[in-house]
Amino acid sequence: MRRQHPLTIVVSYLTLLFLYLPLFGVAVFSVNDARRGLVWKGFTLKWYVKLFQNEWILEAAVNTLVLALVSTLIATVIGTLLAIAMDRFPWRPEASSVLDLILHIPVVIPDIILAAALVVTFGLLRMISTIFEPGLLNMIISHITFQIAFVTLVVRSRLVAIGRDVEEAARDLFASNWYLFRRIMLPLLMPGIVAGAMLAFTLSLDDFVISFFTAGPQSQTLPLYIFAAVRRGVTPQIHALSTLVMLATVGLVIMMERMTRRQEKKEEPDVPSAQIDTHGISGQPWPMTPNPCKEL
Amino acid sequence: MKTKPPDSILIWFGELTTRRHLLKRGMLLLMPGMLWLMLFLVLPGLVLVLVSVITRGAYGQLEWVLTLENYRRLAGFSLFGWTADYLMILWRSAVVAFVTTLVSVLLSYPLCFFIAGRPQRTRYLWLTLVIIPFWTNMVIRTYAWFLILSPQMPIARLAAYLGIIAQGAPLYPNAFAVYLGMVSIFLPFVTLPLYASVERLDWSLVEAAKDLYASPVSVFTQAILPQTMPGLSVGIILTFVPAMGVFVVPDLLGGAKYMLVGNLIQQQFGPSRDWPFGAAISMGLMVLTLLGIMVYRRRGKDLETV
Repeated sequence: MRRQHPLTIVVSYLTLLFLYLPLFGVAVFSVNDARRGLVWKGFTLKWYVKLFQNEWILEAAVNTLVLALVSTLIATVIGTLLAIAMDRFPWRPEASSVLDLILHIPVVIPDIILAAALVVTFGLLRMISTIFEPGLLNMIISHITFQIAFVTLVVRSRLVAIGRDVEEAARDLFASNWYLFRRIMLPLLMPGIVAGAMLAFTLSLDDFVISFFTAGPQSQTLPLYIFAAVRRGVTPQIHALSTLVMLATVGLVIMMERMTRRQEKKEEPDVPSAQIDTHGISGQPWPMTPNPCKEL
Repeated sequence: MKTKPPDSILIWFGELTTRRHLLKRGMLLLMPGMLWLMLFLVLPGLVLVLVSVITRGAYGQLEWVLTLENYRRLAGFSLFGWTADYLMILWRSAVVAFVTTLVSVLLSYPLCFFIAGRPQRTRYLWLTLVIIPFWTNMVIRTYAWFLILSPQMPIARLAAYLGIIAQGAPLYPNAFAVYLGMVSIFLPFVTLPLYASVERLDWSLVEAAKDLYASPVSVFTQAILPQTMPGLSVGIILTFVPAMGVFVVPDLLGGAKYMLVGNLIQQQFGPSRDWPFGAAISMGLMVLTLLGIMVYRRRGKDLETV
């Protein structure tokens, strides 16, 4: 093992401390038995109990999950089809570069611009139909829009990585289109699809700006609720809620970690191109290779 | 496969078919995604451009009268003469995004080397420590700083003791709090992609540079930087772009005096209800962001060819 400069080690520990100190602060004060202020008054779990009696919070939690699940499901299907369409057909180079450009828009512009553009568009669409009133439907549409880009990029990198040899062999053995898709492509693509779906799901849970712009009075999500509550003044209940959301995040990360590692183990022996890993390097839940931002 | 007549027969990866037939099937798969992106990404973009050159009515409604007034206002011209207020906000956002990215890069390199140097067995645990904040909601992480910087906490007490702030005052809202929040939020966005490159670093090149008596600076610029450029580029884009449009952090930690362009846009779509002006600011932000990426790409190309 390489010897490391002590400064590297010190800076790293301090950086990690810098990342975690505020989060620990929230967790500690979520079990503090004081209604106001930040003076330690003893251990309690009552804020967590109160949390589950708060109808607003429960409703926001349901909204958050419905939004993430529905948008992820739709974006994964559409994104996967789009990735296959873009990678497996002989498009003219100009056509595919235009598609590519559109796909990269959500990566290279700040999300507040997409949020603004969608608000204005929904505003105009309201002249045609009332279903575009601010609310959950608008939020779902908005989330799908940025999720599609990320799902497509992840699935497409998987398509490149698996190559076309198996497909070609199946064709030679007279596989039909449907058989090829169902029995050959889908199983090979699955890790990419799952990785894309997980990325989309977490992006949806994490989003604040786009939800903030498109939400209506009946469609609060947890991040929106926390934001509004902080502006009114923090309460121990919000500490407790935030701590639960953080714990859920930790759980989700560990789950993703497990899945990608298991997948890596499974693939190593028989897929020689395993080093062109598409679902993140050493368990990173990010489409690192081929790099989605490289061809900007 | 290029420049063949559209209906020629070809063997496309084991399938005997014609080009037209293939593209028809491709179109079918392409349709849902393309329609969606056209309707909810490209069209809204065009609508935003359009709305930025029309007039706001007295009650915040849109009046379809073409004007460049919104851009004039953004440039600082009004009935009362010229002020640099809006341009200052744009400039400040660019500075904040740049400094945030720079500090994140400076902190990420040691952190990546540290993680890459851990034994194989525990390495992914250390990496997970960076992934968790990466996925933790931004609102929560911002408000966590809100908590840490509040008057009763040791940091604010220490600052008050040193006479930096008044007794019993919080350490926000100010520029310091914004930077603290920004760096802690965006740091993992640099660290994770950078780590992907650092993990594959060919250390023999670094050793070779050292053997040839390269100074530590040139070891970094000649042996390490070119090799980690792919990961670094992703990290810089993933940080700079959202940092330009950030809204939660300055809203909670910056206050009115340290407004960034994200807050300004939100104001137009929220309380002020001035969509055309909000659209014009969004266009300004977009131009500035793309300009930043272009400048970086040019500089980055220079670096890569070193």
